[in-house]
This record gives sequence, C-alpha cells and structure tokens, in this order.
Amino acid sequence: MMKSRLATPLVFGFLLLLLIGGLWRMDASPERIFNGLTKLGWLVALMWPPSAGGVLPELLLSLLESLAMAFLGTVLAVVVALPLALLGAGNVIGNVLLRFSVRRLYDGLRGIDTLIWALIFVAAVGMGPFAGILALAVPDIGTLSKLFSEALESADRRQVEAVRAAGANRVLSVRLGLIPQVAPVMLSQILYTLESNARSSTVLGIVGAGGIGLALADRIRINNWDEVAFIVLLILAMVAAIDFVSRRLRLKIIRAS
Amino acid sequence: MRGIPLAGDYIAGTIPRLRFEHFFADLAYWMWGFTDWVLLLADTLLIAYVGTVLGGVVALLLSFPAAATLAPPWVVSFIRRVLEFMRTVPTLVLALIFVYAFGLGAFAGMLAIAVHTAGALGKLFAEEHENASLAQMEAVRAAGGSWAAQMRFGIFPQSLPGVLSYGLLRFEINVREASVLGIVGAGGIGEELYLAVRQFEYQDISAILVLILATVAAIDLLCGRLRRRVLGSAA
Repeated sequence: MMKSRLATPLVFGFLLLLLIGGLWRMDASPERIFNGLTKLGWLVALMWPPSAGGVLPELLLSLLESLAMAFLGTVLAVVVALPLALLGAGNVIGNVLLRFSVRRLYDGLRGIDTLIWALIFVAAVGMGPFAGILALAVPDIGTLSKLFSEALESADRRQVEAVRAAGANRVLSVRLGLIPQVAPVMLSQILYTLESNARSSTVLGIVGAGGIGLALADRIRINNWDEVAFIVLLILAMVAAIDFVSRRLRLKIIRAS
Repeated sequence: MRGIPLAGDYIAGTIPRLRFEHFFADLAYWMWGFTDWVLLLADTLLIAYVGTVLGGVVALLLSFPAAATLAPPWVVSFIRRVLEFMRTVPTLVLALIFVYAFGLGAFAGMLAIAVHTAGALGKLFAEEHENASLAQMEAVRAAGGSWAAQMRFGIFPQSLPGVLSYGLLRFEINVREASVLGIVGAGGIGEELYLAVRQFEYQDISAILVLILATVAAIDLLCGRLRRRVLGSAA
C-alpha cells in the first residue's frame, strides 16, 4: 500500500520531467511558439478563399489517381495476404515453426510505415503510382494476414470436419468449410484497409509515389496557400465519401451474415 | 510490372554481408552509425511522447463537451466536427504546414502529431465518457459541484482506465508516425533514412530499418503490458 502511494507521484514526476525535457530539446521557447503562431494565423488568412488555381481537372485527376492507388494496393494486399494467412493459421497448417516465422514476417511488414516503403519503392522502381501501390500493399499484407489468420483460428472446426467427412481433400475443406465462415469478417477488414489506404494514398505523392500529394507538396513549396486549402478540402471530401460508402457496405455485410 | 525484379534487386542490395568468421567486425561495419541513429531514435520517441501527452490533454479537455450524455447537442456536434477535422487532415500535411510556420525540426513534427492525436483520442475518450454511469455525476451535482467538478469527480474516474489504454495505444501508433516525419524535415530518424535512400547507401537503409523495427517492437511490447495492467486494475 505504502509502495503504491509513493510510486504514483514518482511516475508522474518522471513523466512530467520527460515532457519538459522533451519540450526543451525541441527548442519550444515561448518566442518561437509566438512567432510560429503569428505565421500560422497569417497562413490561414492567406488560405481564404480556397482556389483551384485554374487546374481543377488536373487536381481531380490526381485525386482519382490516389483513389485508384488505394484500391489497387488493397486488392494486391488481399491477394498476397490470403495465402500467407492460411500459412499462419494454426488450424490450417500444423507446423509450429512455420507458423511462428510467418507471423514474425507479418510483424516486420507491419512495423514499417507506408511512407518508408514508398521511399524505398520510389528508389527501386522509379517515381509514379506503381511505387505507391506497392508501398500501400506491403504493410497491409502484414496487417491483413495477421487479422485473417486470427479470424481463421477462431472459426468453428465442425464445419471443416463435416466437409472432410463428405470426402473432400484438405484444400476443399478449407475452401468450403473454413473460408465461408470468415468471409464476412474478412470483407469488413478489407473495407477498413481500403479506408485507411484512401487516407495514406493522399500523402504518398510527397515522396514522389503518385497521387494528389505531389500537387499538395508543390503548392506548399511555392506558397500558394489558397490552393493548399483547396487540395486539403478535396482530400477531406474524398476521405469522407470513402468512409460513408464503406460504412454502408459494412453494415450490409454485418446484417447479411 | 517491369519494376518488380528491380525492386527485388534493390532489396537484395540492402542485405548486409555478415560472415561467420568475423561476425562482430561485419556487424560493426553495418551498424557504423549506431550511436547517431540511437540518438535520433530517442528524438523520435520523444516527439511521439510529447505529441501524445499534449494531444491527449487537449483531447481530454474536448472530450467532455463532445460526449452526447454530458453536454447540449449543439455543443456536442460542433466539438465533434472540430475533432473530425483534426484527425482527417493527414499528419504529414500538418507537418509540412508546421515546418513552414515554426521552422525545421522536431517541434513542428511534435505539433503535427499532437493535433492528429487530439482529434483521434478526443472521439475515443468521448465514447468512453458516454459509457460511464451518470449516477455518480448526479451525486456530485447534488453536493453542489459545478459542471467541471461533476466531470472531474463524477465521470473521469470511471473512464480513466479506458482513457489510459487508448492513450497508450495512440503512443504506439505515434512512434510509427514519428519515424517518417523526418522526410518532410520535421525531426527524428526519418531524415537520416531519407538521406540513406536518396544517396543509395543500401546497407544503411537496412541498418536503420532494423533499428526502427526493433524500437517499434519494444514499444509495442511495453505498451501492451502496461495496457493489460491498466485494464486489469479496472476489472
């Protein structure tokens, strides 16, 4: 009792000290904050009214490119994640060593941010949306494989046994006994991934991996803040639209199952 | 599609040469910038930590008026729109804008993370408050407590475990996000990684990535433990 009473203020003190130390290390002097806020207010004033800068069709086209990258990235991730998930699910493959190493592979893919993958793929396959698609797909492969294999493991095994008892081989028993059970969960996770990719795909252009991000970074670089505001609003509208559609679809899936 | 073998070659190029006979010499050669990189990683963690705490404090303040059971509907919908806006603008875009306003460095990155965190956590905290029982709040009101006191003593103690757990989860996410902020000049390890990629220092890329992965994994493990303890003490 005595120990916990003393420990809480100590922990708080340490965390507070870390906060102050962190702010000091970041050079967060009141003067800098004040100057920054002044400049920020000035920027916001310059952002009004938002303007397309006379290139609305081009902006819409690159927004569409972002969306297409998000979609293709999700499709690619699903295609690769499905077999990987089967390898990592304990009730499909009995081998513990294989399962362990596949799961670490998922963690590795997931642990690196999309933007870092984008940097690497831009250097490897060149600038453009193809690098963006790969960069979106790779970490999603890790996330989706993990989620899929967890869904597979929580499935009811009796249906698998029923299919096997009817004389099906292993592949068929997974296809007919296991997949139909987890399909609604998987679809819902795929929709989440699509939503998250729609968000990520808008910034990939900053490192040259296609989509609207390039236009945005350019406008910031040349100080066209009204156009920056316009592009940000476009991004917000697209994200809201994708979220809306995906929420509707997900509700339908949940109701159907 | 022509690019895929190229990507394969590229990734193969980043694999360090570690020979068994002089393993440690090779390892030291691969990790030649270890001290610098660890310091930058510490900066990255600091950005994530300060961003999470400041964003979390703002989120907590905004979450009470954003809870449908605790405030009038027009206040709730207004605050919710604000939170939505804060979390929908991508962190990297915020970082770009803040770098312009506050200058290059970790401070801009930390602010970007704080704004996004406030938006994301504010919504989750508000939902946590909505699940709290109102009986305790009414008891505080009956004893003459103001609205702030009702929130502080009636609602907050009930939602504290959820708040801490979400905060820890957010910290994990923010560590990942902070690792890329350097790409736009907002501090942390991202800058060094960007440089390595730009200058085709293949082995440095893999060395830095391995360090980032190790850090992320360690933070995930630590936060997972803390979260289980926090949620365990609530039950």
